Amino acid sequence: MGKTYVVVAEVRGGSLRQVALEALQAVSIAKHDGDSTAAVLIGSQITPLASELANYVEGQVYSIDHPDLEIYNPEAYLNVMKTVFERVTPDVVVLGHTALGRDLGPAIAAHLDAGQISDVTAIEKSGDDVIYTRPLYAGKAFEQKQFTGGTQVVTIRPNNIDPAAASSSPAEIVELEYAPAGSLRSIVKDIVRKTSGKVDLTEAKIVVSGGRGVKSADGFKPLEELADVLHGAVGASRAACDAGYCDYSMQIGQTGKVVTPEIYIACGISGAIQHLAGMSQSRVIIAINKDPEAPIFKVADYGIVGDLFEVVPLLTQEFRKVLV
Amino acid sequence: MNIFVLLKQTFDTEERIVIKDGEISDDGVKYVMNPYDEYAVEEALLQRDQHGGMITVVGVGPDRTAEALRTALAMGADEAVLISNDGLATDEYTVSRLLAAYFGQQSYDLIIGGNFSVDSGGGQVAVRLSQLLDIPHTSSITKMTINGQQVTVERDAEGDTETLELSLPAVFTAQQGLNEPRYPSLPGIMKAKKKPFHRIAVADLGVSDSEAAAKTKRIALSLPPQRQSGRILQGDYAQQAAELVHLLRTEAKLI
Repeated sequence: MGKTYVVVAEVRGGSLRQVALEALQAVSIAKHDGDSTAAVLIGSQITPLASELANYVEGQVYSIDHPDLEIYNPEAYLNVMKTVFERVTPDVVVLGHTALGRDLGPAIAAHLDAGQISDVTAIEKSGDDVIYTRPLYAGKAFEQKQFTGGTQVVTIRPNNIDPAAASSSPAEIVELEYAPAGSLRSIVKDIVRKTSGKVDLTEAKIVVSGGRGVKSADGFKPLEELADVLHGAVGASRAACDAGYCDYSMQIGQTGKVVTPEIYIACGISGAIQHLAGMSQSRVIIAINKDPEAPIFKVADYGIVGDLFEVVPLLTQEFRKVLV
Repeated sequence: MNIFVLLKQTFDTEERIVIKDGEISDDGVKYVMNPYDEYAVEEALLQRDQHGGMITVVGVGPDRTAEALRTALAMGADEAVLISNDGLATDEYTVSRLLAAYFGQQSYDLIIGGNFSVDSGGGQVAVRLSQLLDIPHTSSITKMTINGQQVTVERDAEGDTETLELSLPAVFTAQQGLNEPRYPSLPGIMKAKKKPFHRIAVADLGVSDSEAAAKTKRIALSLPPQRQSGRILQGDYAQQAAELVHLLRTEAKLI
């Protein structure tokens, strides 16, 4: 008998997340002949998304649609997964390594008494085995892992595996009832969405990042203007966060977020090892720093030695010329 | 209130990674308390000082983990427990099973860990533990208020802020911004030496090696490709800015 893969396809802001298609692609890389796939879609008013998702799945799409499921709740979502597992016995469960997957993945793994490999950036098949590559120390090293047996849970880092292509035979959609538990032990009382229109730091194609050299919270303004022109996001080094110039949610590094944009523009960042861990996998790195000896220049494709407060506005102006 | 902090020792984040004989070399490496666990310890201290109770810091790891546990004692925790995993192939499954066995013998109200460890970064153990103990959890919290048995927390979910209510006992993981971890004071370091420090072997927990056996294994290690330093642009700032945009269009073809 082949293995059964179950993909948790994440919904965010009323759309299917791209990482859902990446997780499906991960399954098609890992799959052997005779294996089967089911996708699980959880949310509220998700009928159109179920049809969309069905185009990428050969097998079943289990859709669990209920107003109470609009916002992620660990207990409610795990209950839904338990209902799904009554229908389909999973061998491998795949999720995105997102706020949802990082939370739901280990809960599912514990429930299934399963091993888990988290934050996977690449998958390959080697004979009957599947080999998972994942970062250590935020990307200072990489390890390849395998499961030793039993049920398996895998979370996939967004933007690393190509999204799945449409399948030749769309999946059957199976709607499952959700019976809200009498009382959940944790209740989401409120949710404040981040400022709309802003690009998420970890998903941005271009990141403009500031370090101690920005000198103050106001010092981030020219960086924000540059990021706006480039439709990018603004990040920061630990030094800038520790100094109180910006929120910790902007921190890039081994503590903080790991980003892999196409263009990373480091402004007034010296390039401490813990920062480099969080950004050195970016495609092109640009460094702007007053100190020609700053370690950031050692990893930068293009360097400008100079005062960021003079250079950044000029860059914004130049980009505006070519992009408008 | 019985407060427990889950603690791991990691390489200092300023360490470079060197691979020697197929393993990550720890020659001359400085070890620290996992930075996210510092927030967990600090939160435990703040909650204890407000509501009373006792803080036990618990680590699973090799003997050197004792240093990180002692740091937590020096910050103000009351007791430390080191569950030694020497000789046991360990993954997140193993660690959560050992911790669950340990907590099975304890009376606990509040369990706090870091959001993830900055070395292996799986972020699984605390959430797994909550399931094994069958108590609720919230991961990645940036604010915690306790009122009797009722806990209100704010959770960072990729920039969104969710407010949740749970009742104790429960497990939480600390995200950056939760608090400002204190440094151990000199008197704190002196006092730490006299605080209870318990060492527990896997056998003491009534878990057999096969029950706790890892479900995943590492088969290879590698370093990312070295980046070459590129070019430093020349000319006045306006020329350099124009040159950079030109290079991004023609050479990197990204704009």
